[in-house]
Amino acid sequence: MTRPHAATSLKTPPVLNAVGLTKSFGDFRANDAVSFSIQPGEIHALLGENGAGKSTFVKLVYGLLQPDEGQIFWQGQPVNISGPLQARQLGIGMVFQHFSLFESLSVAENIQLALPAGENLAALSDRIRDMSDRYGLAIDPDAYIHNLSVGQQQRVEVMRCLLQNPSLLIMDEPTSVLTLQETDQLFSVLRQFADSGMAVLFISHKLDEIRALTSRATVLRRGRNVGTVDTKKNNNRQLAELMVGRKIADVTRQSAPDQSKAVCVIKNLQRPKPTAFAVTLKDISFTANAGEILAIAGIAGNGQDEIMAALSGEWRPPSADIILLDGQDISHLGPAARRRVGLGVVPEERNGHAAIPSMSLSDNALLTSHSLGKAVQHGVIDGAATKAIAAEVIDKFDVRVPSDDPMAASLSGGNLQKFVVGREIIKSPRLLVVAQPTWGVDVGAAVSIRKSMLDLAARGSAVIMISQDLEEVFAIAHKIAVLHGGCLSDVMLASKVTAEQVGILMGGGADIEGASA
Amino acid sequence: MDALVLTVILTSVPLILAATGELIAEKSGVLNLGVEGMMLMGAVAAFAVTSLSGNPYFGMIAAACAGGITAGVFAIFALGLATNQVATGLALTIFGAGLSGLIGAPYVGGTIDGLTVIVVPFLSDLPVLGGLFFKLDLLAYLSILMLGLVGFFLNNTRAGLILRAVGNNHDSAHALGYSVLRVRCVAVIFGGVMAGLAGAYLPLVLTPHWSEGMTAGRGWIALALVVFASWMPSRILIGALLFGGITIMQLVGQARGWEMPSQFLSMLPYLATIAVLVLISRNRNFALMRAPAHLGRIFIGTK
Repeated sequence: MTRPHAATSLKTPPVLNAVGLTKSFGDFRANDAVSFSIQPGEIHALLGENGAGKSTFVKLVYGLLQPDEGQIFWQGQPVNISGPLQARQLGIGMVFQHFSLFESLSVAENIQLALPAGENLAALSDRIRDMSDRYGLAIDPDAYIHNLSVGQQQRVEVMRCLLQNPSLLIMDEPTSVLTLQETDQLFSVLRQFADSGMAVLFISHKLDEIRALTSRATVLRRGRNVGTVDTKKNNNRQLAELMVGRKIADVTRQSAPDQSKAVCVIKNLQRPKPTAFAVTLKDISFTANAGEILAIAGIAGNGQDEIMAALSGEWRPPSADIILLDGQDISHLGPAARRRVGLGVVPEERNGHAAIPSMSLSDNALLTSHSLGKAVQHGVIDGAATKAIAAEVIDKFDVRVPSDDPMAASLSGGNLQKFVVGREIIKSPRLLVVAQPTWGVDVGAAVSIRKSMLDLAARGSAVIMISQDLEEVFAIAHKIAVLHGGCLSDVMLASKVTAEQVGILMGGGADIEGASA
Repeated sequence: MDALVLTVILTSVPLILAATGELIAEKSGVLNLGVEGMMLMGAVAAFAVTSLSGNPYFGMIAAACAGGITAGVFAIFALGLATNQVATGLALTIFGAGLSGLIGAPYVGGTIDGLTVIVVPFLSDLPVLGGLFFKLDLLAYLSILMLGLVGFFLNNTRAGLILRAVGNNHDSAHALGYSVLRVRCVAVIFGGVMAGLAGAYLPLVLTPHWSEGMTAGRGWIALALVVFASWMPSRILIGALLFGGITIMQLVGQARGWEMPSQFLSMLPYLATIAVLVLISRNRNFALMRAPAHLGRIFIGTK
């Protein structure tokens, strides 16, 4: 499925040709003489681990950062891109990893902000409707962003870029929040635009998607370009190993024990939505068994935060006997009390929820283990003991630290994630609740986090994993339930359903017959 | 009765002016708690220049400049040096109170001729309304005009959209290539100019003399008005008139010897204004949606 333009590309000049781009932050070389070119109509992937320099590279191209050395050629001409405004004028569009939409403005207003002045809102709204119909994007220009689902917001982002008629569209992990169906739809739109000559630079950690969408991939490792490969001729494993520069071990689940004991029982959990942007939980019941990983799949914003708060004890149901741990009613217990009876929790947001960025790792380790009574004696913190806990986590979970007992903020996302997951697992909790364990984490770190969760389950604990990454769900979960609009589906055996079926449920489709566990 | 209503309108003018300015600053994402200080600087500048030149319009211009410059100082710290906005704003109020007292010391006890009434031809002949709304001074007309213009600017112009965008999410605005600091700087200085004019209204119209701290907390009321009005110009008007109305009502009540401690009566305007505005904005979600999401957050652009 090679794109026609890519095949003839050698004759036409590249849309973008970056030669020897170097960018340093202090002593750290984020980009080290990176050269890269992309042809009109080509869909090209940029691959690399967290911290390999992908984001730095696209920021250089989009003018958000200035290179220390090197030159960018745009359609054959040398250019200095001083800022996003100039990048857009040249014809570079960018869809960001974290949305750059304005929540309290309407769709049309959001798009107007990115276009040159002069077009009135009514005319623009018509153009949006027109494009929405043509590509089946289903976007209402009068809707407010905060009322849209994540997938719809993504479409607004994409449409905002496409309406600028860019010659090059950069997409930084655009699919991390999309369902399978939404991803397919996005890809089909991208292909239509590529066929008309637009180049797409696509960044993603999901290798299946990269191989489905792109024909060539450039791999960055520690700030250097380590080569451009044909994505059709390499399998996921080869691509992943190219990214990390070493062999990667397999992670596969063993079958769950046949007769397993219920560890955590949730009975008719309900919660009216606390704010306008939250979700109402409707009558949720499920059981997590010893030795099993139960995945709660679903797209962010369908009640994950609310379930997480109910499980962790940050929110407590008003009546008793809703949440049971090993037969004991813990509904009324707060987070510290629940930890004391054997709960481990890893919230989704690493910085500020799971860990306090401005505190050291040992202090962060203390925060979730103080109630266990080891690190605190008569109200006084035992510094040596907390450092020992942190050191043990760092050692066992291969957390790469820049210095001895550093601040949490100084760790890269993947390493901090390994720390916060490891910090809980090392306590061998009876029940581990973990949200998006490998969100924005590179292949190597993801493998080790998933392995540690499987090991914990194998030791007889129950694991509840809230995730929207289907690849991950099917890689390690024994059982799957899907959360949509605050309702939880039946719990299904992972071996009896397909990713497509779960994807449909995540998008709000009907239950699947005969898969219930 | 007409005279009473007219006093109510005049009392609310400085609140409308100051709140309109602060509305723009806050919509751009800057919380400037220095309104009281900027008003005092405006008041003293207006009084000093008017008593030196004899022309209250020069005083008015001086007040606008004084407010703008004071806000400029805030902008240098809070925007340029990215200091904490709350602390900087509080410092600005204390600074403004002190400096205005120093500058105003020689003028204590003096009087000036303030702004004169401008009669709008024809319209002022209307029964009742003519006397109330078309025989006012320049600043009173200006306050209503600016409030309307600001409402139009925010909702109907591209520049207004950019301003709201910057206040809603400065990272996104930066990513789209808008200069967050430039937009905020202009907004803060506009807020200062309006606060300066609001301060000028006190010596130029309400009481033709200067005394230290003569704004008596009006800057804080203006700040509260903006928040409780859910950042909507029309509600600022309601809140300001309400405050003015109850201020006058309690003065009349004291004069007529109401059986109530005077302290309680003096408290009334503040209590009532806040109570009513809290009631209007009791729909938390509505208020949340109107609120500039990045209000008070420090922006440091990428280099």
